[in-house]
Amino acid sequence: MAKTWKELPVGNIVFEPGSAREYKTGDWRSQRPIWDQEKCIKCGACYMFCPEGAISMNEEGYAVVDLYFCKGCGICARECWTGCFKMLAEDEAKLKEGKK
Amino acid sequence: MDLSVYASRCVETPEKFSQGHRGCVGCGEVLALRQVFKAVGRDTIVINATGCMEIIASTFPTTTWEIPWIHTLFENTAAVASGIETAYKVMKRKGIYPKDLSVKFLALGGDGATADIGLQALSGAMERGHNFLYVCFDNEAYMNTGVQRSGATPYGASTTTSPAGKTIGQVTWKKNMPAIAIAHNIPYVATANPAYPFDLMEKVKKGQAVEGPAYIHIYSPCPTGWRCPPDLSIRYGRYATESCVFPLFEYENGKYTLNKDIEKPIPVSTYLKGQGRFRHLAEQDVAYIQNHVNNDWAALKKRCQE
Repeated sequence: MAKTWKELPVGNIVFEPGSAREYKTGDWRSQRPIWDQEKCIKCGACYMFCPEGAISMNEEGYAVVDLYFCKGCGICARECWTGCFKMLAEDEAKLKEGKK
Repeated sequence: MDLSVYASRCVETPEKFSQGHRGCVGCGEVLALRQVFKAVGRDTIVINATGCMEIIASTFPTTTWEIPWIHTLFENTAAVASGIETAYKVMKRKGIYPKDLSVKFLALGGDGATADIGLQALSGAMERGHNFLYVCFDNEAYMNTGVQRSGATPYGASTTTSPAGKTIGQVTWKKNMPAIAIAHNIPYVATANPAYPFDLMEKVKKGQAVEGPAYIHIYSPCPTGWRCPPDLSIRYGRYATESCVFPLFEYENGKYTLNKDIEKPIPVSTYLKGQGRFRHLAEQDVAYIQNHVNNDWAALKKRCQE
């Protein structure tokens, strides 16, 4: 992704497919999903219903949220079968992170 | 033990519609698009009408598309699709493209681009029998420009150009796009809903495999325009099908199939309640809508049993 206008290609052509991956949508977030791996049954419902495609499965099969993309809509918390996901206000989550 | 819970794990993981798009928080339309792209193959050319999906996916200098994509105007999506499809056929006939090449064409449009502005181009393309799949993402208004009414806005919905007050909001019923597509006698028509992802993906695969035009109408919850919380967009999609407001069916070579038979429909009020666009509806309005929905559902069921 070009940082300044001087880096833009001539004719404003985008050459790289899927270059939007560099764009951070995570800072739109006002709520953050907090997930509990112990409750996860590895079903993948959150992965199927995430509009951002921010949720993926790690090597062991547990759901992992990529906070770089997560916009904090809360669909995962609503649709999770076992209720692993909880939504926490972003400020609170940041405060907690800071304390650690 | 019901293993269908784990069906999501069989879906292919690479995203052909990349992350980092600028869709609203909790957008049901972009979710439907993501699911559509899980079902289509790599050899697909996407023809995309103006609308939410074009705006959020191609913000300069980035792009969300990983497969060939062309942006068209509202009115000529189906026309451009038929042009590309014909050019492909000619190139193949002249031997410029290899014989075993198999490219699919996927036209995407919102409900405004399909039901209102692009209807005549779509009708023409269906009539000429081009081999392409048209997918309509129906979020029931022109959401991209700020919730103006469209032909697909349901009765009673309040939008910025049909505000509730002196009138009930939208005073006409939703245009029945699948029925219009069926009237063209095309091989495949279906309705789908992102709250039922596997049904949706199955239909997209079927629609692409069919020789000739196919049409899929996808119900796309829009928290921004419907004035509901973003985390409920899947739930409202589910309510719409369970209350028979948006039944899931497919039409294949003259035969209707009901994909999700609702034995005991939930009341329409469950679906209407909680959406800001329907909050002004009085009890008798809800009863009126319920009556209409019941009639439509009975008619559809009858057609499916034939």
